[in-house]
Amino acid sequence: MELKYTPQDFKSNQEVKWCPGCGDHAVLASVQRAMPDICEALNYTRERFVFVSGIGCSSRFPYYMNTYGFHGIHGRASAISTGVKVANPYLTVWQITGDGDALAIGGNHFIHAIRRNIDINIILFNNQIYGLTKGQYSPTSKLGMVTKTSPYGTVEHPFNPGELVLGARGTFFARSLDVELKLTQDIMVESAKHDGTSVTEILVNCVIFNDKTHATISDKETRAERTIILKHGEPMIFGKNRDKGLILVGRKLKVVKIGEGGITEKDILIHDAEEENPGLHSMLINMKYPEFPVALGVIRSVKDKTYDDNVRDQVIDVKEHAQIHSVDELLHSGSTWEIK
Amino acid sequence: MQHKVIDAKEVVIRFTGDSGDGMQLTGTLFADASALFGNDVSTFPDFPAEIRAPQGTVSGVSGFQVNIGSREINTPGDFCDVLVAMNPAALKANAKWAKPTATIILDEDTFDEKGILKAGFKTMDPVKELKIEDRQIVYAAITSLTKESLKDSGLDPKAVLRCKNMFTLGMCFYMFNRPLESTFAYIDKKFRKKPEIAEANKKALKDGFNYASNIQAIPNTYIIQPAKLEKGIYRNINGNQATAWGLIAASEKSGRPLFCGSYPITPATSILEELALRKDLGVKTLQCEDEISGICTAIGAAYAGNFAVTTTSGPGFSLKTEALGLAMITELPLVVVDVQRSGPSTGIPTKTEQTDLNQALYGRNGECPVAVIAAHSPSHCFEAAFYAGKYAMEHMMPVILLSEGFLGNGSEPWKIPSMKDFPDIKPPIITTPEETPFWPFKRDPETMVRRWALPGSIGLEHRVGGLEKNNNGAVSSDPLVHERMVEEREEKVRRLANFIPEQKVIGEEKGEVLIVGWGGTFGHLYTAVKEFHEQGKSVSLAHFDYIFPLPKNTGEIFSNFKKIIVCELNNGQFANYLRTQYQQFHYYQCNKVQGQPFIVKEIVDAVNAIL
Repeated sequence: MELKYTPQDFKSNQEVKWCPGCGDHAVLASVQRAMPDICEALNYTRERFVFVSGIGCSSRFPYYMNTYGFHGIHGRASAISTGVKVANPYLTVWQITGDGDALAIGGNHFIHAIRRNIDINIILFNNQIYGLTKGQYSPTSKLGMVTKTSPYGTVEHPFNPGELVLGARGTFFARSLDVELKLTQDIMVESAKHDGTSVTEILVNCVIFNDKTHATISDKETRAERTIILKHGEPMIFGKNRDKGLILVGRKLKVVKIGEGGITEKDILIHDAEEENPGLHSMLINMKYPEFPVALGVIRSVKDKTYDDNVRDQVIDVKEHAQIHSVDELLHSGSTWEIK
Repeated sequence: MQHKVIDAKEVVIRFTGDSGDGMQLTGTLFADASALFGNDVSTFPDFPAEIRAPQGTVSGVSGFQVNIGSREINTPGDFCDVLVAMNPAALKANAKWAKPTATIILDEDTFDEKGILKAGFKTMDPVKELKIEDRQIVYAAITSLTKESLKDSGLDPKAVLRCKNMFTLGMCFYMFNRPLESTFAYIDKKFRKKPEIAEANKKALKDGFNYASNIQAIPNTYIIQPAKLEKGIYRNINGNQATAWGLIAASEKSGRPLFCGSYPITPATSILEELALRKDLGVKTLQCEDEISGICTAIGAAYAGNFAVTTTSGPGFSLKTEALGLAMITELPLVVVDVQRSGPSTGIPTKTEQTDLNQALYGRNGECPVAVIAAHSPSHCFEAAFYAGKYAMEHMMPVILLSEGFLGNGSEPWKIPSMKDFPDIKPPIITTPEETPFWPFKRDPETMVRRWALPGSIGLEHRVGGLEKNNNGAVSSDPLVHERMVEEREEKVRRLANFIPEQKVIGEEKGEVLIVGWGGTFGHLYTAVKEFHEQGKSVSLAHFDYIFPLPKNTGEIFSNFKKIIVCELNNGQFANYLRTQYQQFHYYQCNKVQGQPFIVKEIVDAVNAIL
């Protein structure tokens, strides 16, 4: 059966209740636009999609998708989506979570899902604030940030989600901005193609409690200068005039201008997302403006066996040599005796 | 010494020693051999939380009690006829369990100054100090005899000492006329890859047997005829194994694959271990990062169409509380097994109790009634787990199955049932739309049960979650919708009473005193009631497997007795629950919170006090 979907097919009849101007609207649009592409690329049909979430503004997301959906409890989305995928690997499982949901209350489940490399796609909405509880600092809030629970500024160092992913032996990490709709859409397709846990961090704006938190890099005028979109197999070049690039000097990255000091395009690093050694990926993930452009795109995508594959293989292997095929046989296994 | 052969109906043996002495295995092998011989058997492992507490100290003593009989056996026995103590600490901790007529076997070699002091005795004469001189004490140099027995085995001294328990077991096999063959077979299988160790264990067992028959020191030997059990094929089973198998049986009968998300916790862990073995039957187990993940992965699996379970004990159950509310409001089938242990908090992790009943009944935010079923014996765990699964799946709701450490670790012979005698399980699965758009919380008007729409089905796309919803699945904070949905969910659980069996009474249906119990105290309460019947007293027993909802005839039963006494291993949780459900009756209480099962005498005394 040839099915052609449109983004409209993935919109539910529920009214979207995010604040006007919230970055989540853009992510929803990107994901809905990506769905037909994903279905075409992977020969999926709509009923195979399950969107799972935890708690927070972004976690309302499943209600807005006309797919199967599960709105969980705070922090537990990774565990719920793990259960869905292991129970039925035929399903394509998408997890919506935020910086509080995934990195504070759900940090444990988040890192263990990644460690197991379960084939789920995690979209992490990072607005560096607790929005639904009206403005408390989160594990990604910048040091010193003033919020309702840090009236004199936070004294905590924030997490960089990509570092956590690498630390948990993650096989896929990508980053986008809410305003980069097309980039997000493309990353969604790449993450769907990836076997194993994919984590896509999307820097989103909270228009009410943390407005313009990402503005330094997301403003249209300066975005090209302050971010770099990485593409596998292509040189790490950025800038409005595509005249800047990244090179390695010793063990450190350095921004250079092409054409200055004898630097040519050939000197610029080629992005290899498939390199297993996470060293360079780590440096790219940690690049901060103003010293560096902030890295966007698919930063890491390496192949490894997935948890669900391993479970399936083990069951097949054990079943092949099984002595017990039914509960009746199980009950009679081992020592038994007869009373006559 | 005069040697007596006692033809006994029932004998209790208690094996005690250091945690590393292998007493659990010794007891298990003795129980297995007795069951194979045809006796009825009940066992009670009683061990410390520490894996290897300091050697020779009282805190490191591990015990295993076995009750064998030529008649029906319902408890592991209160006091023992034979006590084996492998060191002074074991004697100190367990002398109180020896009957006045008991034979006590001691490893003489360990009763040196060092051992006696380590056990905390004040004098060098433990027997006198414990005032047990009148018991029949058998001093056997078990350590040196084992060394002598295995001097040519080629094993290192440490490995030789590990065979002490087999020497002891051999002595007991002589005393109780047990055949050695089944234990030989067990040893051969266990040490398949280490034949020298197998040979050493077998030799120690045999030499222990011969030693006991040669010396004149053993005062009594026992003949316990095979019990007159129902005809059939039997096996030994412990409660946790039975729970695991009952869950697998529910999976087979429903055609839904079994998924278990769990986190190791004493005394529930062996359910997860048993399920993990059963990949041959397609069981999926996920050892999670924590208890919360255990239940949440199970909830995800339930949403995706598996028969989902999570297994735990009290502290883990506390952690699962919020997620249990999620399973309840999303109306997904889920079995939560709580193998209760002594609490609160970490409490006494390896000791049994019934103190999680309140938590099971009430421990959630919001109006969140959840069905509660309790297992009453090790083998009954099979049936209890099967029906927990059946009701969870057919009624689309979480069901809490309460087991206890006493049941989970305890074992008994079990007449193996046939799966054809168990009912089918028919979950309300829907795979094609009956209406568009699909209403996830549309209910069967008779049962109030919603349909289980499996992801992957075309046209049934829908969303569920922790937010209150209307029957059509739309999120709603309408006050009246909320109140109605609360009522509908509760009514669904209440109507389960139309499906569970009526409560039975053991003894007369009308009389003076009704003993009320639930869970793992059944064997003790039943034994107490039998004693009253032998004395011609009007005492009956109503032992509840179904806690919430209660069987429909509960009130009627209660009304037929002048006095009701609720006996339980907590401070009155079931009694207080009954006070809310059937306020017209007065409830006496018999309670114990020591991390130990009842002693039959305690129940008898409590009942006599109100008779």
